[in-house]
Amino acid sequence: MEKMIDLNGKSYSVVPEVGTIQQLLEHLGLGDRILIVEKNKEILQKDYYDAPIMDRDQIEIIHFVGGG
Amino acid sequence: MSSKYSRQELFAPIGLVGQQRIREAKVFVLGAGALGSSGAEMLVRAGVGELTIVDRDILEWTNLHRQQLYTEQDVINQLPKAIAAESRLRAINSDVKVRGIVADVTPENVLELFEGHQFILDGTDNIETRLLANDAALQLGIPFFMGACVGSYGLTFPIGVKEGSPCLHCLLEALPPQSLTCDTVGVISPIVVTTAARQTAELLKCITGATMEPRLESVDLWTGERAAMNVQSMKKPGCPSCSDTPVYPYLSANEVMRTAVLCGRDTVQLTWPKNRQVELIPFAESIRDIVSNLKQNPYLVSCEYNDHRLVLFRDGRMLVHGTKDITAARKIVAGLLG
Ligand SMILES: [Zn+2]
Repeated sequence: MEKMIDLNGKSYSVVPEVGTIQQLLEHLGLGDRILIVEKNKEILQKDYYDAPIMDRDQIEIIHFVGGG
Repeated sequence: MSSKYSRQELFAPIGLVGQQRIREAKVFVLGAGALGSSGAEMLVRAGVGELTIVDRDILEWTNLHRQQLYTEQDVINQLPKAIAAESRLRAINSDVKVRGIVADVTPENVLELFEGHQFILDGTDNIETRLLANDAALQLGIPFFMGACVGSYGLTFPIGVKEGSPCLHCLLEALPPQSLTCDTVGVISPIVVTTAARQTAELLKCITGATMEPRLESVDLWTGERAAMNVQSMKKPGCPSCSDTPVYPYLSANEVMRTAVLCGRDTVQLTWPKNRQVELIPFAESIRDIVSNLKQNPYLVSCEYNDHRLVLFRDGRMLVHGTKDITAARKIVAGLLG
């Protein structure tokens, strides 16, 4: 079943093979980035990236970049 | 008499009192590239008392599409950015005491450079210098307004604006061995201006005494994605940079990249700190599309980039051939690794 979440302020349909935050990060090509994840307004510590993604979760991801 | 700043004073959160505070503010702009240009111009127009802008680079044609203080003539004249910025900023607002300094900001000079300023705007282009600035700003108790951008994506974070708030080191649990840079994935000027505007707004708020929060914000102007988080809970009690007993690791030279000109070889050697070892295979993958003649073996990766041959060794040394100029070599490497 397809889940719809709110990702960085936009609705986003999660493909079935993505079940956890970590899998979502990898799916988005952010797996090896330094980043901060917020799930339903709570900052998620790294140890909890195996948390399952639920339908209608609100997820925000900010990754660090070098430029400027 | 209608003041130069009347429309800013009419803005109620600033008012006459806020404008007076802006007038008295001494601001340091770290870097005169894209973010530094844009932020410095806004601060000078706003009428800050003093503005110091520091940069190590010479202007290049590739800068002009996003570095708003500069003209074609500045590039033709091969001006250092700090010098071209100084003259443009003085022309914009003669009320402001503007000083441009041509220098590479290092652990050795950063405290001296920052001292005497009350606010620091981040206009640097790499995370290493940001962490150095984070340590120096914390040691001196000066708020530091971080900003970074590549592509159409930018992020901002104010440091030292609220008692007990996290610092950049708290947020970056580990240093990224490499990060996206404008030299690898490009950048568009709208994200520069957006990012600089957010940094500058936070800085002006802080000058005028507004209530500040440690908010990390990001936006991608191309995709429309955005995020904002209050990161207060990320404060690390044992953070080496902002705990009660800080050691400011990035201010001690062995935590940052060391450099040396190799005698008689027209080569600069850069040595990475132990906490930021570069992995050869991911490094080779990340630069595959932007360098030429890429070769790798278990001991090193070599390639050609911007007319220089680069060799990265497994022990964390990189050689930049074809230059004796440490600043130029650091710049080439910062372009690849961020
Ligand atoms: Zn900290």
